[in-house]
Amino acid sequence: MNLANSTFFGYKRENGRIGVRNHVVILPVDDLSNAAAQAVENNVKGTIALPHPYGRLQFGADLDLHFRTLIGTGSNPNVAAVVVICIEETWAKKVADAIRATGKPVAHFGIELHGDHDTIMRASRAAKEFVQWASELRREERPLKDLWVSTKCGESDTTSGCGANPTVGNAFDKLYPHGVTLLFGETTELTGGEHLVAARCRNDAVRKKFQFMFDRYQQLVERHKTSDLMDSQPTKGNIAGGLTTIEEKALGNIQKIGRKCIVDGVLDKAEVPEGPGLWFMDSSSAAAEMVTLCAAAGFTAHLFPTGQCNVIGNPILPVIKLSANPRTVRTMSEHIDVDVSGLLRKELTPDQAGDRLLDCMFRTANGRLTCAEALGHREFVLTRLYESA
Amino acid sequence: MIHFVVHEEGDGVGVVVVEGVKAGQQLNGWIMEDDKDLKIEAKSDIPIGHKVALRDYREGDTVIKYGVDIGKVVQPIRKGEHLHVHNVKTKRW
Repeated sequence: MNLANSTFFGYKRENGRIGVRNHVVILPVDDLSNAAAQAVENNVKGTIALPHPYGRLQFGADLDLHFRTLIGTGSNPNVAAVVVICIEETWAKKVADAIRATGKPVAHFGIELHGDHDTIMRASRAAKEFVQWASELRREERPLKDLWVSTKCGESDTTSGCGANPTVGNAFDKLYPHGVTLLFGETTELTGGEHLVAARCRNDAVRKKFQFMFDRYQQLVERHKTSDLMDSQPTKGNIAGGLTTIEEKALGNIQKIGRKCIVDGVLDKAEVPEGPGLWFMDSSSAAAEMVTLCAAAGFTAHLFPTGQCNVIGNPILPVIKLSANPRTVRTMSEHIDVDVSGLLRKELTPDQAGDRLLDCMFRTANGRLTCAEALGHREFVLTRLYESA
Repeated sequence: MIHFVVHEEGDGVGVVVVEGVKAGQQLNGWIMEDDKDLKIEAKSDIPIGHKVALRDYREGDTVIKYGVDIGKVVQPIRKGEHLHVHNVKTKRW
């Protein structure tokens, strides 16, 4: 596929970023605000609430990450407007103001001194205005470089490493020269192949930062482990799918970054990249956590290769699933956007498989709902660093 | 028909990519990176996605896949047998 003059149709946001979805998000800052947020979602059709279990008595780096993830999610260009609800008005304002910096419409509400009823009423009025306003926004034709594409694999098996993951790698190798912003992560899931990623880093400074992130996560595993992590990393599903060790899983995982892309930079969790290129984000390898962080970092389309079929989606980031496992595409076809099982029968070349995935990516960017979107998968999972105070 | 694939020449394992492989079955393999064919007889029933040993292993041997170390052998494995968590373990963690 020649991508030289490729374009897609997206929504241009106030800050110049381009979204491929047009969500009006009802964002609770804490667990206590979920009920009100979901009531608003129910009242105003076309909104999407993002309930989650956290936000109380967190502190330090963990609280910073909480705010960064919520603010990043609201700021994502796939989101047209945001209603922020928090038990305490000051923290609602803190999150709302940070999202307002993008220029998009944001309203915020505190529940204290009002109660749920009054908050739901006021927030619903704002949400209705936002939805009607957003419904008149129109897509415009944009160059490929305006698309930000992340990847994370899930419920991998051995077919991931020889089929679906190299297909993402083929697509990344084709996207990279066109100035697309690309992301991968899953820090522990590089174990055994970390030297291969280090060798791909742009320069010593990037390599040093990557190695620091990798080593820190290894120390975390060493500190807390009670076994060799069997059934956790690799998971029971990975093992059922034929993966034997973390090293084998990691080497399959790394296929996602192709053969030519350079790792241009390293990000902390939910950190927004500063420019185009391939970025590594330090992150959990748990699918919903990682994809939530990709969305918070501003990514607008996600490539998700799977073996045994993790059924994950995300509320604001379209998750495009591909699999090379013939049993998975037969038994769980409603979850698979792109079938690349032909790769393992020599019926499809890696180049053709990559093109098939890119074709689906463009169609998704232009508005086609992914399987996960059509099935209502909206996993929004915040990463926690440690216990609350 | 391709029954198993091998990432690259020199790898000591293949990945079964069809359902229902039984002990005694003659398997056709494809080395993807080098586009070469090979044949092997399965010595175990091997589920789809699971690995077949392409050589004999002794305890303590290293298993190579993608041209890289993926773990150590903890119990002898014969060529054609099912190679998985019962006979191979991680060297990390």
